[in-house]
Amino acid sequence: MASLRSTSRLFAAASRPLFRPAAFARSYATVEATQTVEPSPSENPNMKTFKVYRWNPDTPTEKPTMQSYQLDLNKTGPMMLDALIRIKNELDPTLTFRRSCREGICGSCAMNIDGVNTLACLCRIPTQANSESRIYPLPHTYVVKDLVPDLTLFYKQYKSIKPYLQRDTPTEDGLEYRQSPEDRKKLDGLYECILCACCSTSCPSYWWNSEEYLGPAILLQSYRWLADSRDERTAERKAALDNSMSVYRCHTILNCTRTCPKGLNPGRAIAETKKMLAA
Amino acid sequence: MFSQKVAQQSLRRLAVQQPNLMQSMVMRASPAAIALGNVQKRSVTSSTEKEDPTQILARQRLNRPIAPHLSIYKPQIGWIGSSLHRITGVALSGTLYLGAAAYLVAPTLGWHLESASMVAGMAALPIAAKVLLKSTLALPFTYHCMNGIRHLTWDLGRGLTNPAIIKSGWTVVGLSVTSAIALAFL
Repeated sequence: MASLRSTSRLFAAASRPLFRPAAFARSYATVEATQTVEPSPSENPNMKTFKVYRWNPDTPTEKPTMQSYQLDLNKTGPMMLDALIRIKNELDPTLTFRRSCREGICGSCAMNIDGVNTLACLCRIPTQANSESRIYPLPHTYVVKDLVPDLTLFYKQYKSIKPYLQRDTPTEDGLEYRQSPEDRKKLDGLYECILCACCSTSCPSYWWNSEEYLGPAILLQSYRWLADSRDERTAERKAALDNSMSVYRCHTILNCTRTCPKGLNPGRAIAETKKMLAA
Repeated sequence: MFSQKVAQQSLRRLAVQQPNLMQSMVMRASPAAIALGNVQKRSVTSSTEKEDPTQILARQRLNRPIAPHLSIYKPQIGWIGSSLHRITGVALSGTLYLGAAAYLVAPTLGWHLESASMVAGMAALPIAAKVLLKSTLALPFTYHCMNGIRHLTWDLGRGLTNPAIIKSGWTVVGLSVTSAIALAFL
């Protein structure tokens, strides 16, 4: 038994590559890894390769890798999330990602697909079978595992803007706080935000200054309360934003507006916030 | 029946008021403990050294890799144009400061940077070198100017829809390249 083990060890040592290409790369760089193929493709298979970012916290010293999976698109649903779920169910149960509603309302499956942040459940699989799709976690976030990012700071920042109605005076009739249809209309395009963090993690300013800059998602939420006619703490909210970091790290790169999977416009919300602060 | 109930109640009251006393009674499995229905004693199973869970989290964070960002994000006119705006801005202001400083120290160092000698030096260059030199100076300038106007309209809250952003981005590229070529052949 002991001899058997030592020979297998020798064999393992011999099969290891002499040079590890990752040694030259930066810490966030990834190494290409093994490939996993569809177990039972259909008769006329339409195969597509998905390259998925993998990192396991149980082996923290190992570099993140890009693992290839081949799926038959004839047997897969139309969306990227369908592909990921099939990979997890049928090819590799260790693949980790967040998902919940599969209809773009929970914001769990936010990730970087083919270079753009989006919700996997709202992103169609490109049908050209010969092209490969690359799936990464949200850019410049700390990776918890595979495609799961650590959004602790993001939620803390959301809490910091006091995302609730602040009001001291009751209404005259003691019933609900009413607003005119025009005032209500100002909240359209703001209240729909699901806080998936796609926009914030697409913003280069947020990549470099996430500790202090609030980022597009939080600023859109902040503007949602600034624009609300029922809120009475507008001055306080403005004072909290009026410093060099909270808003003014926005350099109108507008990756946020470009990437929002819900079709909202964080860039415009920030521009309006800046206008409010300047007024 | 009634007396039993009174005894039980008084024991319970005692248990609330003097828990230590009651506990020692329970330990000895006294009739009082049986009356309270509290005979079971569970041992503590958690470890003696309690660790702050936030510290575990903080230690985990040290190991976490940062997800790839600049290297994997799809090149789009928006952020590529923005980074070019920053780079051209730095290059232009750097050139201005360096040029001004050189002009300032030129007399003391014996350099000839006055307009007359610059014009003469430029005229002596072959035409291709002239065009190349002028366009490398003109392109950052025209791009930065045009894109600056784009930024100013954004600050007014205009042109902030996705199609407008893409269209204005490519318009700026086209206009700055053509105007730079025009300036180079001036």
